[in-house]
Amino acid sequence: MFRSLSPRRPAMISSLLPGEGRGPGGEVFVTARTVLAAASPNWAPAFAGVGSGVRAVLASVGVLALVAGGAASAQTAPTPVPQAGAPAAADDQSGGLVVDVTGGISAPMPIAVPVMPTSAVVSTPAGSTDVLGRQLADIVTNDLRNSGLFTPLAPGQLRAIGFPEVTAPGFDYWGSTGAQALVQGFIRANGDGNLTVGCYLYDVSSRAELTRQGFVVPPSDWRRAGHKCADMVYTRLTGEGAYFDSRVVYVSETGPKNRRIKRLAIMDQDGANHRFLTNGQSIVLTPRFAPNQQSIVYMSYVNNRPAIYVYDIGTGRQRLVVQNASLTFAPRFSPDGRNILFSMAQGGNTDVYRVSSQGGAPQRLTNSPGIDTGGSYSPDGSRIVFESDRSGGQQIYVMNADGSNQQRISFGGGRYATPVWSPRGDLIAFTKLGGGFRIGIMSPSGGGEKLLTNDWQDEGPSWSPNGRVINFFRSGRGGGGKADLWSVDLTGVNERKIPTPLDGSDPAWGPLRP
Amino acid sequence: MAKFTTTLLCATALIAVAGCAKKRPETLPPAPVDSSAGVDPSGGLANGGANGAIVPGSDADFRRSVQSNTVNFALDMYDIDPTARAILDSQAEWLARNPNVRITIEGHCDERGTREYNLALGDRRANSAKNYLAARGVSASRMTTISYGSERPVAQGSDDAAWAENRRAVTIVLN
Repeated sequence: MFRSLSPRRPAMISSLLPGEGRGPGGEVFVTARTVLAAASPNWAPAFAGVGSGVRAVLASVGVLALVAGGAASAQTAPTPVPQAGAPAAADDQSGGLVVDVTGGISAPMPIAVPVMPTSAVVSTPAGSTDVLGRQLADIVTNDLRNSGLFTPLAPGQLRAIGFPEVTAPGFDYWGSTGAQALVQGFIRANGDGNLTVGCYLYDVSSRAELTRQGFVVPPSDWRRAGHKCADMVYTRLTGEGAYFDSRVVYVSETGPKNRRIKRLAIMDQDGANHRFLTNGQSIVLTPRFAPNQQSIVYMSYVNNRPAIYVYDIGTGRQRLVVQNASLTFAPRFSPDGRNILFSMAQGGNTDVYRVSSQGGAPQRLTNSPGIDTGGSYSPDGSRIVFESDRSGGQQIYVMNADGSNQQRISFGGGRYATPVWSPRGDLIAFTKLGGGFRIGIMSPSGGGEKLLTNDWQDEGPSWSPNGRVINFFRSGRGGGGKADLWSVDLTGVNERKIPTPLDGSDPAWGPLRP
Repeated sequence: MAKFTTTLLCATALIAVAGCAKKRPETLPPAPVDSSAGVDPSGGLANGGANGAIVPGSDADFRRSVQSNTVNFALDMYDIDPTARAILDSQAEWLARNPNVRITIEGHCDERGTREYNLALGDRRANSAKNYLAARGVSASRMTTISYGSERPVAQGSDDAAWAENRRAVTIVLN
């Protein structure tokens, strides 16, 4: 039953998993991983070391109301889903179906996501419910595939399911397809104009329901229901945090290098619902979400006065943060949203400062001669990682939030820039310069350095809400000035281009949406 | 010049209105209007008089009179080398003859640095030039600096020649 970690897996990556490691006796154990109901003889994950104490947490996320068995409840605060007819799958401790988030790339889990049927075909502002049912299944399929941890069945292997079948799957058929897990759902138009989407996850070989959630959404938010469903499946099978229901703000680029037009743009994590926020009259750089996702802090050359602005997503208004004649740049919110870290250049010397999000007098945090910039808080707000060339070239340093105890953590060959603290707290992502720009990760103490990409110019990492995927931008050589958004996961294997209407740079991944 | 400004204002107003529209067409915006003469190839022409004569004390006069309005830097460096010194000396002389003129110095970088670092490096380069001119007697109150990082290259290639051209500080006369 117990299989040890693959010997060729880097030791550092093993430690990326919260709660996973080796016990005192050297045995592999897991303390916070969800496990499916029963052993799955056909599914032999590369990592199946599951000790006692495994407990599934069915965290019901979201502002969306839950439904049970297809009956929509009113929009209420989230409550645990009644597990009618479902076995106590979560408490099973004997092992079972689990996606190995480090080895999943080489052995992604086969999963079936058939079209979600509707109880009645109704036309809605988002489209007809039967069409939406197909598109929702596509969203779930694409999210799971893009994670690199799942292999969704090809459309030809799927079959249509009827509405009553949603809660009574044809396990014989799905077993014959090779699918280990099955996601079924339904969509229904409610009388009040909202849509209800039900989402059910089954273990095919044990014929057991693992979890279910329901989402009531306005038609304009229909895609979010698909992402929430995919997040439910992903978190239940991997034990990792959710990240599909999230957005990305970035700089949309077009035009020749010397007259590049740059606009702030926002989109869903998968590239959908794309919209431009600024009109391109001024250069904009380095947008970053506020923790509450209501605003974006960024740098703009409005009126040829490069400075930091906060853009309110709801109103479209923007305000200057620091009133100063000096160049201010590299802004980033603190985890509680109360402060903004930024850099200010004065007389050729650049330091890291902190200012209240509401404005006011900045506090200086660094004072070494040289360029100190790129500050990013640890998730608990107690520490700050930044880059400095005080030792000669750009290197990564960590300090306390008040600027005390500044210590260099990068000591490999080459230069290190743009450090960003993982939302999980366990890693720092950075750009490494030297023979090209590459995206890498290291621990906050500087150990376990691992480079994830290898191209001419990869820059500007930004973490997914669960700290398992990194967005960045990749620039091409030559006059075209081509730049695109990409993502890579912590294994470095699952590298993907993110679709954008024009070129893109400076991606900033927002938090999971509530 | 007045006509140009009017057109500019109209264009800006139109864009502002478009920006407020509820359903914004996702089409390309017009090219950015750059008020910086240093990156506007036609910037000097605006200083010409009605008959094309160059106005004394203008940016066009400055560019005609000095060795160059641009000094260049080595990779990741911001020191003023002998070539740059001679150029800045000629700029200081012209500024001494035109004591009422104010200038801004733009700092630029090549593309081989991270964006935020390049903003700081551009600031370093602009200040190197500013400090040199100040040492040559130009009052600091007449000079401002702005860093464009690697946002406004003059050469578009990705080779040594293009990079060398893009690592620069450009002196612009403000009118």
